[in-house]
Amino acid sequence: MADISEELIEQVHHARNAKSPLNIIGGGSKRFYGRDIRGAALSMTEHRGVVSYQPVELVLTARAGTPLVEIEALLNEHQQMLSFEPPLFEGRATLGGTLACNFSGPVRPWGGSVRDQVLGIRLINGKAEHLRFGGQVMKNVAGYDVTRLQAGALGAFGIITEISLKVLPRPAATATLVQEVTMAQAINLMNQRSRESRPLSGACWTDGKLYLRLSGTERAVEGTLKLWSGEELHNADQFWQKLREQKLPFFNSKSELKRLDESAGRLSAGEPLWRFTVKPSSSEILPAGDWLIDWGGAQRWLRGNYDMQELEILAEAAQGQVSCYRGGNRQIDTFHRQPEVLQLIQKRLKAAFDPEGLFNPGRLYSWL
Amino acid sequence: MTEKSSLTKAELVTLLSTFIDPNLIIADQETQRPYECDGLSMYCQMPLLVVLPETLDQVQGLLKICHQYGIPVVPRGAGTGLCAGAMPDKNGVVLSLAKFNQILDIDPVARMARVEPGVRNLAISEAAAEFGLYYGPDPSSQIACTLGGNVAENSGGVHCLKYGLTVHNILKIKMFTVEGKLISLGCEGLDSAGMDLVALITGSEGLLGVVTEITVKLLPIPEKAQVVMAAFDSVQKAGDAVGQIIAQGIIPAGLEMMDGHAIRAAEDFAKAGYPLDAEALLLCEVDGTKEEVHEHIEQVELAFQQLGAFEVRVSQNEAERALLWKGRKSAFPAVGRISPDYYCMDGTIPRGQLAYVLTEMQKLSEYYGLRVANVFHAGDGNLHPLILFDANIPGEFEKTEEFGARILELCVKVGGCITGEHGVGVEKIRQMHSQFSEQELAQFHAIKDAFDSAGTLNPGKGVPLLRHCQEYRTLEKPAPSGGNH
Ligand SMILES: Cc1cc2nc3c(=O)[nH]c(=O)nc-3n(C[C@H](O)[C@H](O)[C@H](O)COP(=O)(O)OP(=O)(O)OC[C@H]3O[C@@H](n4cnc5c(N)ncnc54)[C@H](O)[C@@H]3O)c2cc1C
Repeated sequence: MADISEELIEQVHHARNAKSPLNIIGGGSKRFYGRDIRGAALSMTEHRGVVSYQPVELVLTARAGTPLVEIEALLNEHQQMLSFEPPLFEGRATLGGTLACNFSGPVRPWGGSVRDQVLGIRLINGKAEHLRFGGQVMKNVAGYDVTRLQAGALGAFGIITEISLKVLPRPAATATLVQEVTMAQAINLMNQRSRESRPLSGACWTDGKLYLRLSGTERAVEGTLKLWSGEELHNADQFWQKLREQKLPFFNSKSELKRLDESAGRLSAGEPLWRFTVKPSSSEILPAGDWLIDWGGAQRWLRGNYDMQELEILAEAAQGQVSCYRGGNRQIDTFHRQPEVLQLIQKRLKAAFDPEGLFNPGRLYSWL
Repeated sequence: MTEKSSLTKAELVTLLSTFIDPNLIIADQETQRPYECDGLSMYCQMPLLVVLPETLDQVQGLLKICHQYGIPVVPRGAGTGLCAGAMPDKNGVVLSLAKFNQILDIDPVARMARVEPGVRNLAISEAAAEFGLYYGPDPSSQIACTLGGNVAENSGGVHCLKYGLTVHNILKIKMFTVEGKLISLGCEGLDSAGMDLVALITGSEGLLGVVTEITVKLLPIPEKAQVVMAAFDSVQKAGDAVGQIIAQGIIPAGLEMMDGHAIRAAEDFAKAGYPLDAEALLLCEVDGTKEEVHEHIEQVELAFQQLGAFEVRVSQNEAERALLWKGRKSAFPAVGRISPDYYCMDGTIPRGQLAYVLTEMQKLSEYYGLRVANVFHAGDGNLHPLILFDANIPGEFEKTEEFGARILELCVKVGGCITGEHGVGVEKIRQMHSQFSEQELAQFHAIKDAFDSAGTLNPGKGVPLLRHCQEYRTLEKPAPSGGNH
């Protein structure tokens, strides 16, 4: 439960003087994500602990190295939760890593993402300055939104040391309906249900079945169960837990990804897992593929060996993007291609925070 | 490259007239007059030119010329902003996006709409209603303000407690950079690769680019909505009730508060049936399915009674609900009737500090001899103190501004911020120093440089020049009243 920000600042000074880049590591649970990089490991695990939590304010502030499981346990005591259902990855996922990767779970279309709920951060930039942006209040438009800029940046701007975020009350009731449908039917139905003013909180299709989760007041959930088609699924929490943790058979069956080679700190190539983020109503993108559809159609997972450029074209046709989430070749770019003008802006932005390119160089893009 | 040898006004008009209808290039003072300020009319400045392009090519052509000659450009939507963010630059062009007022597409299945930046906020919900959908953020100015302005300010509204701010409700932005390059950020999925540039642009006050197209999310219209009015004999009790409702696990669609001055002004204006002897009034709206609303309304009603409300009323039909809201929604103009002028502040504080801050504000009010009425988004701690003054009395506006600055500093002191939704613009640029360190401000400047190194896009707004602070701090006087907490 220590505050080691002074040491972290020291390490940045040192990296500057030695001109040696840093590889920021939280719990190490998401090493598979982004590109493989070198750089002196900078561990965040000691920089942990909840700094403040006032249930009445619905706001929690914690150091970036705090494992999500600790935060969830505390929130649970007050019937509150992280509304974005992030993967916990066997307890290793930290708050900082979750924001840097912008990981959210099945509830995301309705409960928002970590990017949506984050209110403020402290960040050590490339000049070793410890800065504060945003705050602990729900609304704040003073200055640029440096806080949300971090979501998905994979640590390119500096070391996030502290995060404040909005938390929410736990719903009083939840229930799940399951039915057998084709992928195309599922996409239609997900979009149709999302248009109704009903307490939907999850919509996933896998293995020929559509799962719809409801969360809200007892009466709202009960009422909707009566109205909608499908069988009520018992022990549904298990299904959503596994989906959240990417542990359903889809994610790890026959071609289970090879384990992390801890000593080298990187993943040896396994079968690629592709993540599409698309317009939720887009019909099947690649009909013959091995798919799992989540987020009411807006997030789609595909397994197998494909040519990334071809997938990029398909993703763009579906008004979205694709990334190679896990496995495959991690020496090349793993995120959707960026036009030249956006590359230029992102390089300039990176330089604005990290002029010497100390933080996670090349992790997000080969050119950043 | 920027050529330093600038153009004369006449040369610029001639150049722009080669590709923009000369009737849409306003060069004379009289026709320019409506553009000299935004909704904060105390800050005025006549521009060099006002231009209202009709096509994206024209916007691009204009930006390229201005960039080449180092001419400032101030983007403008409807001009309802409350921070002088759209106030002209005297050597610059006001770039009005008013002609871009088309809803390009509504996709009812995917629940999204693609709109031009000059589309009015309310127009989206009106157009989406036939599909049972609406656009979430609902600033009180929604009949007039534009989506371009909403993106620039990250505007909120009465319902953002539950449905979020602009940043939570947009998927994709197209914009021109200051050089006139068109870029597209985000996608029609819920997130996109890498750093969140959509979030960075949202709330950037027209300093980083000119937004030309926005794809927004649409939400299903709730099956039912009901509002509970609760009247209290003290601000303290009402402030505590706000926290208690939320602590019970209810997230109301909106939770608004008015103090005594505001209640009486609003009641006089709207005849909403507010109790005139109340010192504080809460309006708590609950929406969702019929069952959900029923359950929550019972809980809210009971909670307000237990928390000491002396009158609690639940809207029984749409007409009654509309009437209860009418008072709140017309509170600004209503306050306008009890004072020659008013000045609206926008600090945000942790909810738990409501009662304390309102009490301190009352002390400041007495110190400055200026009345203050409060009408605000209590659920998210976003205050809108309205300082009542008379601009015709010499020195009174200056006194009002000082009072306002003290309120914002108080907000920062209790862990809040200087602006929740109206933006910094010119108006709050000095208070940026009370919220941010020099290093943090320098970081903001570095971000601006990454997009606009010559600094010609909406100059002088949003982030103070670092050297300003020296002058400001020597001018600064010690706070007249407490705030020690
Ligand atoms: C009576 C009243 C009530 C209000 N209530 C609320 C409220 O409840 N919540 C709230 O958040 N605000 C409120 N406001 C403030 C104001 O309406 C909002 O800030 C609104 O978003 C401004 O929109 P606009 O189109 O009028 O923008 P303008 O005032 O024209 O411009 C605002 C800023 O946006 C920039 N801008 C405009 N268009 C673009 C573009 N296309 N690209 C880049 N930059 C652009 C301008 O340069 C300027 O900095 C209220 C104002 C009034 C007068």
